[in-house]
Amino acid sequence: MATSSPIARSLDAGLGETVVFPSPGQIIRRRMRRHKGLIIGGVIVVVTFLVAIFAPVLAPHDPYAQNLSQRMIPPIWHEKGTWNHPLGTDNLGRDYLSRVVYGCRVSLIIGFSIMLIALTIGTTLGVLAGYFGGKMDMLVSFIVTVRLALPPVLVALAVVVLIGGSMTVVIVALGFLIWARAAVVMRASTQQIRSQDYVAAAQAAGCSTIRILLTEILPNLADNLVVVATLEIGRAILLEAALSFLGMGVQPPTPSWGLMISEGKDFMFFQPYLITIPGTALFLLVLGMNLLGDGIRDVTVPEGRA
Amino acid sequence: MNPVLEVKGLYVDLPLPAGMLHAVRNVSFQVNRGETVSLVGESGCGKSMTALAVMNLLPRKGVRTAEVLSFEGRDLLKIDDSGMADIRGNKMSMIFQEPMTSLDPCYTIGNQLEEAMRQHRKVPKAKARDRAVFLLEKVGITAAQSRLKQYPHQLSGGLRQRVMIAMGLMCGPSLIIADEPTTALDVTIQTQILGLLASLQQEFEMGLILITHDLGVVSRTADRLAVMYCGEVVETGTTQEVFDNPVHPYTRGLMACIPVPGKTQPGEKLGSIPGMVPTPIGALTGCSFRNRCSGALPDCAMTETRLIEISPGRAYRCLLSPEACAAEWSRSRHG
Amino acid sequence: MITYTLKRLGLAALVAVTVSIVSFMLIRLSGDPAIALAGENATSEQIDFIRKQYGFDRPLVVQYLEWGRRAMRGDFGESPYFNQPVTRIIGDRIGVTMKLGLMSLIFAVAVSIPMGVLASIRPNTWIDRVALTISVMGQAMPSFWFGLIMIIVLGVWLRLLPISGTDSFAHFIMPTIALGYYGIPAFMRLTRSGMLEVLSSDHIRTARAKGLRWGKVLFKHALRNAIIPVVALAAVQLGFMLGGSIVIESVFALHGIGYLAWESIGRRDLPVVQAIVLLLSMIFVALTLISDIINAFLDPRIRVK
Repeated sequence: MATSSPIARSLDAGLGETVVFPSPGQIIRRRMRRHKGLIIGGVIVVVTFLVAIFAPVLAPHDPYAQNLSQRMIPPIWHEKGTWNHPLGTDNLGRDYLSRVVYGCRVSLIIGFSIMLIALTIGTTLGVLAGYFGGKMDMLVSFIVTVRLALPPVLVALAVVVLIGGSMTVVIVALGFLIWARAAVVMRASTQQIRSQDYVAAAQAAGCSTIRILLTEILPNLADNLVVVATLEIGRAILLEAALSFLGMGVQPPTPSWGLMISEGKDFMFFQPYLITIPGTALFLLVLGMNLLGDGIRDVTVPEGRA
Repeated sequence: MNPVLEVKGLYVDLPLPAGMLHAVRNVSFQVNRGETVSLVGESGCGKSMTALAVMNLLPRKGVRTAEVLSFEGRDLLKIDDSGMADIRGNKMSMIFQEPMTSLDPCYTIGNQLEEAMRQHRKVPKAKARDRAVFLLEKVGITAAQSRLKQYPHQLSGGLRQRVMIAMGLMCGPSLIIADEPTTALDVTIQTQILGLLASLQQEFEMGLILITHDLGVVSRTADRLAVMYCGEVVETGTTQEVFDNPVHPYTRGLMACIPVPGKTQPGEKLGSIPGMVPTPIGALTGCSFRNRCSGALPDCAMTETRLIEISPGRAYRCLLSPEACAAEWSRSRHG
Repeated sequence: MITYTLKRLGLAALVAVTVSIVSFMLIRLSGDPAIALAGENATSEQIDFIRKQYGFDRPLVVQYLEWGRRAMRGDFGESPYFNQPVTRIIGDRIGVTMKLGLMSLIFAVAVSIPMGVLASIRPNTWIDRVALTISVMGQAMPSFWFGLIMIIVLGVWLRLLPISGTDSFAHFIMPTIALGYYGIPAFMRLTRSGMLEVLSSDHIRTARAKGLRWGKVLFKHALRNAIIPVVALAAVQLGFMLGGSIVIESVFALHGIGYLAWESIGRRDLPVVQAIVLLLSMIFVALTLISDIINAFLDPRIRVK
């Protein structure tokens, strides 16, 4: 057996300069700071939140107040615009800026509520399918296939019209329709987590299934859950806007951006701002959500990125 | 005799987030017609990178520089991509380690074999097919005609590797580079494949670079070898010379670690080399092996090592003389 | 291969039946169809009369079986609004929707696959970033808004394209773009990730070691492998596009079944709505089946056992 000499032991372990490998937490924080999409998305979402919360303070007028003598005033970048109505007024004389500001509330509330319902259903199904596999997996996959076969907009429309349009109906109808993506993603993640050693260890130690699900599986799903949640909020907001645009969603005079586009489209050839403003608001909010979701995914699970 | 391949002063660098990885450092060797040269070393020592550098198949970020890199008299450093592509698969072929994943699952064996030939020679399909059948039989695959229509997933690992060898031979190359061709295969198949390579080399008078970590394989098939450690060549010579009389402490350590047929006596205790292979990242100083070497001196950390020639083709990289190395070695083993 | 297809067929049939049950129940349970048919000002006697006449007073299961039985014969009843068989009404309009759907799919694929391939060859360069930006922007835009903007810009200001109706090919250009662009991100990402994965695989290294030129390596070996999931996705995306056509058709006033569905929902024309939902679902199920078969066909590992 070769023995190592005292001189060899006292020499440095590396060959050249010492190389430092950062810790996982440091890696994530560093990535977060450098990820432009994440920062932009985060800023947009936070700003929208703040606007929604402080709507009464930020909105110069009551979004529902009609004033027919002030109809169709263009925004300030036109010559006929006034600072009294920075984004102009619609065909009923309602201040557009106020409606956009309050629209943040509508979009965020609806988006979040739909997401909560969809994610609860989707995660439950996905985790069950991923954890138990076998027949449960087949059953859930079957349910997902059935759901995917049904055209969501059509079904939501039908339900809304037949029951009657209101925020609650829209939220419940859409929430119960768009859980499929969440289910698929959660199923895949659960399968992957389940195959890890620490789950096997917990099972071997005799932990009850519920306990394993709550303490081992769910916390590790958190990353993916957040990503899916943000992306689904974006999708929910767009769906609600589409429904409202078709007249079968939130009902007037609620300031939903989709509804504003619908109301404005009759006049859009001469006053395009009626649709460009709420459309841009929609676009920015969904963009922010998507950037945020993608950014979180890039930062926490870089291999998951395309 | 003109060498088929001459490599002198080859460097390969790969930028990593943690720093610049010096995967290959000042490697030189040459391969003659009909001769097998083996690059031996542990995983990560740079032998595969050397091969990829010769073929110019390095990863996108990899940078290679060399004093001399010539193949059959042509300067590979000055050739453009298209010129190099003409040589690959044609005059110079490479066989890889993982036969299970080295073939395209969407095309038949026949398609992939014929493709190798039709890329470089304007021959009708029938001719290429005949050549494919001929070579499949040469590599020992029965029912060659029907095999052509099969897909890779229908063949075992050993068969796939034979197909890879046949594919390398389609255009009659002067040089074959085999990167760990038998590592992923069963021991019994290993012997067959190695024997196959040897006989094919004889028959077609090719040069063969055999890359491996298995000294047993080397002792059976190589004419000359170069031991690599941490990106550098630490010892060269004919197989006979190196096995009979290893000079460099690492080579000695390797020989002592595993039973070598014909050398190890029954009942002899096997050795081990303490420590781990360092990663050559960033600025490097001194001898790469010093942390695991029982004869290391303070000088070893500072002085640049050079390959010292004992006789033509026989060299080693160490500050100590061969006699001093030998003395230190027996002291550490028996002292 | 045969058993595989049969199994998938069986599953598809099961899904189809379940979908028909779900859609039937959903629509029946969403509100009293008798009231819907009778209209807002109907008296309770009128409503009761309608209920008896259409058999809405029978148990749901019976109603479903009755409807299902007729549906299998191709009889979806009559539309109270049009006073014509539902099948004929749908038949008149389905061509428009199919045309729109297929064109949108072709558009999406034609744009995203080259972009995805380019992005994968030069990952993290400006091409990649442009592709990803387009992808991210595309997913955030409401399709109906995009359609309206195109109408304003291309139809009115620039007068390049006609803005409604279905008379010519040019009429379909804007709707195709409006419906198709939403699918571009998904295809592009899938192509890109598939290509990235394949390009780093061993058999691509082998192809290059054989001396094949980059063009051949990319198309014969890389794309051929990477395209398999994309083709499978295409079939499914077509299904989504058909379902989503309702919004685009109403924006551009195209008389397809999406528009018909919207109008019928508004008019409480239940037989038509039920038939359309069932039809779209069946098409989707058929498309997933086709997608699986294409998948198996393209990948020899599944096809040749």
